[in-house]
Amino acid sequence: MKIVVCIKQVPDTKGGVKFNPDGTLDRAAMLTIMNPDDKAGLEAALRLKDQYGAEVTVITMGLPKAEDVLREALAMGADNAILVTDRVLGGADTWATSQTLAGAIRNLEYDLIITGRQAIDGDTAQVGPQISEHLDIPVISYAQNIKIDGNSVIVERQFDDRYHVLKAQMPCLITALSELNEPRYMTPGGIFDACKAEITVWGRANLVDVEDSNLGLKGSPTQIAKASDKVRKGAGEKVTLDPAESVDYIIDKLKEKHIV
Amino acid sequence: MDFTLRKEHEMARALFKEFAEKEVKPLAQEVDETEEFPRVTVEKMAKNGFLGIPVPKEYGGQGCDPLTYAMCVEELSKVCGTTGVIVSAHTSLCCDPIQTYGTEAQKQKYLIPLAKGEKLGAFGLTEPGAGTDAQGQQTKAVLDGHEWILNGSKIFITNGKEADVYIIFAVTGIVEKRGKKVKEISAFIVEKGTPGFSFGTKEKKMGIRGSSTYELIFTDCRIPKENLLGAQGKGFGIAMHTLDGGRIGIAAQALGIAAGALESTIAYVQERKQFGRAIGAFQNTQFQLADTATKVEAARMLVYKAAMAKATQKVYSLEAAMAKLYAAEVAMEVTTKAVQLHGGYGYTREYDVERMMRDAKITEIYEGTSEVQRMVISANIIK
Repeated sequence: MKIVVCIKQVPDTKGGVKFNPDGTLDRAAMLTIMNPDDKAGLEAALRLKDQYGAEVTVITMGLPKAEDVLREALAMGADNAILVTDRVLGGADTWATSQTLAGAIRNLEYDLIITGRQAIDGDTAQVGPQISEHLDIPVISYAQNIKIDGNSVIVERQFDDRYHVLKAQMPCLITALSELNEPRYMTPGGIFDACKAEITVWGRANLVDVEDSNLGLKGSPTQIAKASDKVRKGAGEKVTLDPAESVDYIIDKLKEKHIV
Repeated sequence: MDFTLRKEHEMARALFKEFAEKEVKPLAQEVDETEEFPRVTVEKMAKNGFLGIPVPKEYGGQGCDPLTYAMCVEELSKVCGTTGVIVSAHTSLCCDPIQTYGTEAQKQKYLIPLAKGEKLGAFGLTEPGAGTDAQGQQTKAVLDGHEWILNGSKIFITNGKEADVYIIFAVTGIVEKRGKKVKEISAFIVEKGTPGFSFGTKEKKMGIRGSSTYELIFTDCRIPKENLLGAQGKGFGIAMHTLDGGRIGIAAQALGIAAGALESTIAYVQERKQFGRAIGAFQNTQFQLADTATKVEAARMLVYKAAMAKATQKVYSLEAAMAKLYAAEVAMEVTTKAVQLHGGYGYTREYDVERMMRDAKITEIYEGTSEVQRMVISANIIK
């Protein structure tokens, strides 16, 4: 079985968010992490690899710096890594991104494509389903459990307070939720191997069956009018206790902060 | 000369830090209070390859270098000194001598499961009458046909009751050296469960209280002849060389404890208010933290240099001794200051720095006291 996992390098919400003058994110200036839903998707792929045997290829579109998340994925156990990077691909919205990734994936053999449900920077949840449209394969979104059954996948799809069990023939695309699993740690030896591993780098020329008019900022129907960092309020804490316990709780908190 | 860490070291540090914060820190206080060995953490570390970091892949290890291993012990010890020493004793004192002196059969049988973390290792040199003076050994081993018969006891053994494989030193004869009669010491690999091998008292310690520190007792304990590690009579050299490596592990533990105390204190002085200001706004606090941060960084340079020396040099006793001496003394100094800067709160067991100060003390004592490190250093510079 061959599995392609799409991963994205996203700003670490613990660091500050910085913008370019055109309103897009200044990714080069921010601390970054692997998008949590994508990491869950990668873990799901690695578990399928452990259970059924599979070759796992991770792919990302981004700045050359996005190589970091690919090495992290390799250190977790992915087999191959592809970085799609090109100046003409910059400033892409979900449409241009999904066109780019689909164009890259057309070079690969795959039974299953796994993407995260959504990235914590854009929060659109559109790229995964759009890739499936471009590649003309079925999509099952919001997966909370994945099993293989012959040539098919059986997926529990989260739906409000319940879930649907869906079966789809491979090749297909699944979008994963971070609740799907607890991603494994990298191993020290995996890190050493990942740093020596060769990462395949593709540019515009390597994309198959994609029009220039669908790529980069120019190919993006979404135009950002204005973007700003959210004014942060304290996250706050909500507790439900009876009145007497509440008083004790508040006093303890005040003591903890050395206010009283 | 380049002080920049390589990519793999940066990634490995991030991994160890994440693991320490998520898996180790939440248990540190409980491990100290209950004096329970953190078996679950050890299993998680085994699963993630932390118990064979510098061991080659063909022997079940991760194939990394001593620097990566030192960083692992450092990051674990930042949040829990007990967890740091478990990895250090296992890796430096048990895996390393088997990797260095073991036969191929011994590596296959013992090193592979140790490096995979399926088994835990320990090292028994110290005896009631033989601490710094290793020649004071009383434990004896006598060859009887195809077996060695071991009699004696070892004390203060880290991972004591939890380990599966032990490197044990014993007197195997008396030889003449430069006209003097001296004890011939040999090293052995002993498995838990061997008849005649039992455990004595558990030490009640000031710090690293979750670490399993036991007395090992050997009474007519028969071990296979092939479990002699290295050549007969070469035990003293094996012990000393092993301790050179062990000192890098303990130096990394001391560095971690110091760095952990510094981090906790930097956070605390920005929260704690007195006279209407955070105590971090007072120059006394700032200068104390400036001094301690400088010393922690200096200790880090010595520890990393020693770890690099182990990777590239045959002999690294001097680097290891300097790293351990300095890092241990810095750990004691920094944790003491950390408690002071925390004031009354720092003296309570609610705050990590109280535990860190108790944990730091042992780093000046075990695997060669600070006095022994000074002996090693001076012997290396005055020739």
